[in-house]
Amino acid sequence: MHAGIIFLGVIVGSVLFHIFTPWWWTDIASNWGAMDDTINLTFWIGGGVFILVCLFMVYCILKYSYKEGRMVEYKPEDHKLEKILTIATTIGVIALLAPGLIVYNNYINTPKNALHVEVNAWQWGWQYRLPGEDGILGTAHVAKISDDNPYGMNLDDPNGKDDILIQDDVLHLKTNRPVKILLRSLDVLHNFYVPQFRAKMDAIPGIITYYWFEPNKLGEYEVLCAEYCGVGHYAMRAKVIVQSEGNYDNWIKEQETFSDLIVKQNNDKLKSIIVAKNNN
Amino acid sequence: MSDEYNQKNTPIKAQSSEITSSSSGSSKDIDYVRPAELPEQDLYHGHSFITKWIFCQDAKVIGVQYFLTAVFTGIVGLVLSWLMRLQLGFPELVPFITAEHYYQFVTMHGMIMVVYFLTALFLGGFGNYLIPLMVGARDMVFPYVNMVSFWMFFIAVCVLMASFFVPGGPTGAGWTLYPPQAILPGTPGSNMGIILMLVSLSLFVIGFTMGGLNYLITILQARTRGMTLMRMPLTIWGIFTATALAMLAFPALLVSCIMMTLDKMLGTSFFMPTIVQAGEVLSYGGGSPVLFQHLFWFFGHPEVYIVALPAFGIVSDLISVHARKNIFGYRMMVWAIVGIGALSFFVWAHHMYVSGMNPWFGFFFATTTLIIAVPTALKVYNWIITLFRANIRMNTVMLFCLGFIVTFVNGGITGIFLGNVAVDIPLSDTYFVIAHFHMVMGIAPLMVIMGAVYHWFPLVTGRMLSEKLGKWHFWFTFLGAYSIYFPMHYLGFIGVPRRYFEMYDSPYVTSAIGMNEFITVAALIVGFSQLIFIYNIVVSLSIGKPAGKNPWKANSLEWLTPEVPPAHGNWGEKLPVIHRWPYDFNVPGAKEDYITQTTPPSEVISAEVEKT
Repeated sequence: MHAGIIFLGVIVGSVLFHIFTPWWWTDIASNWGAMDDTINLTFWIGGGVFILVCLFMVYCILKYSYKEGRMVEYKPEDHKLEKILTIATTIGVIALLAPGLIVYNNYINTPKNALHVEVNAWQWGWQYRLPGEDGILGTAHVAKISDDNPYGMNLDDPNGKDDILIQDDVLHLKTNRPVKILLRSLDVLHNFYVPQFRAKMDAIPGIITYYWFEPNKLGEYEVLCAEYCGVGHYAMRAKVIVQSEGNYDNWIKEQETFSDLIVKQNNDKLKSIIVAKNNN
Repeated sequence: MSDEYNQKNTPIKAQSSEITSSSSGSSKDIDYVRPAELPEQDLYHGHSFITKWIFCQDAKVIGVQYFLTAVFTGIVGLVLSWLMRLQLGFPELVPFITAEHYYQFVTMHGMIMVVYFLTALFLGGFGNYLIPLMVGARDMVFPYVNMVSFWMFFIAVCVLMASFFVPGGPTGAGWTLYPPQAILPGTPGSNMGIILMLVSLSLFVIGFTMGGLNYLITILQARTRGMTLMRMPLTIWGIFTATALAMLAFPALLVSCIMMTLDKMLGTSFFMPTIVQAGEVLSYGGGSPVLFQHLFWFFGHPEVYIVALPAFGIVSDLISVHARKNIFGYRMMVWAIVGIGALSFFVWAHHMYVSGMNPWFGFFFATTTLIIAVPTALKVYNWIITLFRANIRMNTVMLFCLGFIVTFVNGGITGIFLGNVAVDIPLSDTYFVIAHFHMVMGIAPLMVIMGAVYHWFPLVTGRMLSEKLGKWHFWFTFLGAYSIYFPMHYLGFIGVPRRYFEMYDSPYVTSAIGMNEFITVAALIVGFSQLIFIYNIVVSLSIGKPAGKNPWKANSLEWLTPEVPPAHGNWGEKLPVIHRWPYDFNVPGAKEDYITQTTPPSEVISAEVEKT
């Protein structure tokens, strides 16, 4: 008797917790509202099943707790009931799966007008690369990385010359324009995750992975690494600033391209040679 | 609804499966059971203390050895979880926990609990003790190999524990041991720690294969007369299927351990691509980190069911015995166990939706994962239907079974979130995942283990555990564990990532600080309340109420040995002969509310048994 009441209390408590919880999703700031919808659908169907199953259990233990000589049903099987339950569950599962797959299909098919952004991850930090006016990122490889070539850019690839290098952990994005995030890692697994954008994907050394989203709310967002990457994992934060088109264009004009970097490096080298000569 | 129900469909009269003519034959005919096909097995009887209790070949002793060793590792895992929770709830309170330590605790806690505690406890512990008794064998078919199996496990545990004391400490790679970080300097314990972990796991797999073959062959070959497959208790079905999974899944783990050891020690590049660390290009190149993840989860997902299926089986039996009613839909339960086992090999990449594998895999693995929800849900329905119109003893065992149902349904439903790829993307690598898997494969199987200990303790020791202490133990454990993991889902909704040593002042967690403190306090209470359990066991060993024979009035064979606790060889002079399934409770027309598996039909001639 007491046990039944306590189990009932657990169910009621769970529902109350949900009603009064201050903890819920962060306000969404991307196009993935459909993900939230699928989650809510799953939440209500799943939560309903949980409550029904538990209530039935509580009913049984309150009603049929041990009494000497109680009549007990002897019915090993009930094919009709079993069939109904199988079919009902299957329908429920399909109802949850189908919308999920539709959303996923959108998730893996990037729109054509998406702006490409390369995210470079390492232990433990972030930097970014944007395509220049040609809209194409130059090829790169980690083995080419050096002090002079922090992204491992392929020097022979003309597409890379106008690439914009952002050697800083703050990324700016334009509002209402799809972004395709191309992930590279120098060392171990990482994951570029902004809770408000909902989307995520691991960065893997050796291959380039991707995901896309469309930021649709101005503001600053914290980036968290969402794949364990060693002892500095928890400190691997960054920032995304979503701006209006005008502000974004102003920001991007100030950024250095790969050619700028080479010119600067050559100037520095030249300078040091001249200094060295003068000293002689 | 009322207690009255229709009894019109007259059941078939009691008969054994071989007799098809009529039930009106002489008592000899209806009691006929096919003769044994093989002669009885000879057993080696230990003579000295060492051969009886240490290097022992008796599966029952080996079961207890497995049980105690696994519980020891479990206690280590529990203490590690306290340290983690202290850091998360009260970061300033324990300054000696550094980020390195925290990640080492996380890793060792996970690996210990999944492999060395739960797997070893269910299959090594309950499997060894119950298989020969429940199928009516004198022992495992290969008692010597069985003994070696335990000692391999023991060495594996020693190697694992040794890693706490080597320079650099144990590995802090996370229990999934993902390369490249597992073997690179940015991770704690990336030298001796990871090597010992890989060696220990390899030893575990070797030892476990020896035990596993024993379980499978004993169940297939050494069942007593009349014990057909469809008369086996669901406990045996669960253990059998889980062992078959283990035999197929563990090789993948062994292979990945060997390859990673080679990557670490010989500089091969199975899982290592070109890597730049601290500005230097390492000598690796050409390997694939994703390959490791496929291998690991090809083992890792069946591993979930290696823990879950024995729990499903055991809980079915406990519910049936203590609800005094047959398990509803036995045949469906058997097929569900087998079906879940088979399907569990086709769902592994649902752990890898955001791993960077080919995105098209997502469709396939989301579909297979949600298909597996159907047989799982059917099992839940059958458990609660078994409670309907039953006569439920509300004892400690039953309470743990009910606790299992609540936590398992909760965790099962959150599994539908994470299995559905589009829903998984925002939730993966957050606290929602932690809450999910602790609920479904931490607390739920633990509920079953504890219920099973209360249930079978009288058989193993001949004494009952205290009911009063047992109930306190249950409520502390159940309510405490529920209040740890239920709120944790909401941390995941906010987006709090897992495996974070500290959140600083991230906007996501400022609101959740109070919750983190609450969870830590609950975890400490749950942990300490296990002392009630240990106290109960220790005290009951000497002053518990003598159990006598079959104290729960169960039907299955393990309770029907001539001696309690059962002696070496289990059955005295003659092996038992089986006439029915183990679920004949409250059969209409029978005098008692239970009919044991060995009761011949001629003794319960008036009972209207529906199936045998």
